[in-house]
Amino acid sequence: MIPDAGVIGQSGLQFFGKMCASISHDIKNVLAVINENAGLLEDLCAMAEKGRSMDPSRLKRLAGDIQEQIRRGDRIVTGMNRFAHSADEASTDVDLSELLDLLAALALRFAAARGVRVQVNRPPAAVRVTTAPFLLLNLMWLCLEGAMATAGPGTVELAAENAADGACLRLCRIEGLKEAPAAFLSAEPKGALCLALKAQLSLDPEKNEMALRLPKNRV
Amino acid sequence: MKILLVDDEEELASTLAERLRIRGIDAHWAISAEQAMQRLEAETFDLAVLDVKMPKVDGLKLKQQMQAKNPAMRFIFVTGHGSSRDFETGASEVGADYYLVKPLNIEVLVAKIKEALQR
Repeated sequence: MIPDAGVIGQSGLQFFGKMCASISHDIKNVLAVINENAGLLEDLCAMAEKGRSMDPSRLKRLAGDIQEQIRRGDRIVTGMNRFAHSADEASTDVDLSELLDLLAALALRFAAARGVRVQVNRPPAAVRVTTAPFLLLNLMWLCLEGAMATAGPGTVELAAENAADGACLRLCRIEGLKEAPAAFLSAEPKGALCLALKAQLSLDPEKNEMALRLPKNRV
Repeated sequence: MKILLVDDEEELASTLAERLRIRGIDAHWAISAEQAMQRLEAETFDLAVLDVKMPKVDGLKLKQQMQAKNPAMRFIFVTGHGSSRDFETGASEVGADYYLVKPLNIEVLVAKIKEALQR
């Protein structure tokens, strides 16, 4: 049983909704670009039918632009699919770098709105734990959201590393962390999520870092 | 009529501007509020088509900045959020002439631009 399931459930639903709204916005933009490119092709064809010359390289470029948008849409939907399936299992083997990549992709639009770039630093070796991926994503999102609000425009780095008793996820380059409110660490639902994940969240204001320590296996 | 399209999706803004030009509308584009305001320093536009959600300065704030520069300017908002509530009440809430949902229908956009400029 997950402790404080009510708090986590409400927070989880809000998190899920927020991410889905952002993803749908991205998909809408992809569709809008494809729509205009296809529309322009139609316009050019209509003009050619009226006797105006048509440059084949222009058509080729437009077709290439449409294909690029389809690849972009595919990346977005693949990410959405991974995110949706993160709620499938209460505990499973998770590659933490892959989870951070997914988090960075989900955070892209929110980060851009704040002028923040989220950079994932990949470790030389895989960092894996057995955990609840959806709860971990939810907790990491709350940490990242807090970090972006604290740091302001710039770069926030995410990294995963192996530790003796499990793994550690770090959020680095959080400028202004010294002024962060102490309640940030324990504020719900972070506390409930930490409890459910058997994780420990800590701040190092001198290094502008936030660390989340995870056990090898949360069960 | 001279209009400015502002959308952080560069390909969308540039292609839409080209399609409007094909239809006889003197359409220009920018990919940020900052770029849009720079253009307003040097040129006068009759109408702006603004994306609601943009990084840093969103369409609603940009409208205020543009209106302060040119009170006669008309506005059409476009959004990726496609709920019926957005569509029906969006325009009056943000003080725009029209509020359209992506993906756009070019002929509807042209009609709305013309209607807005006749108001």
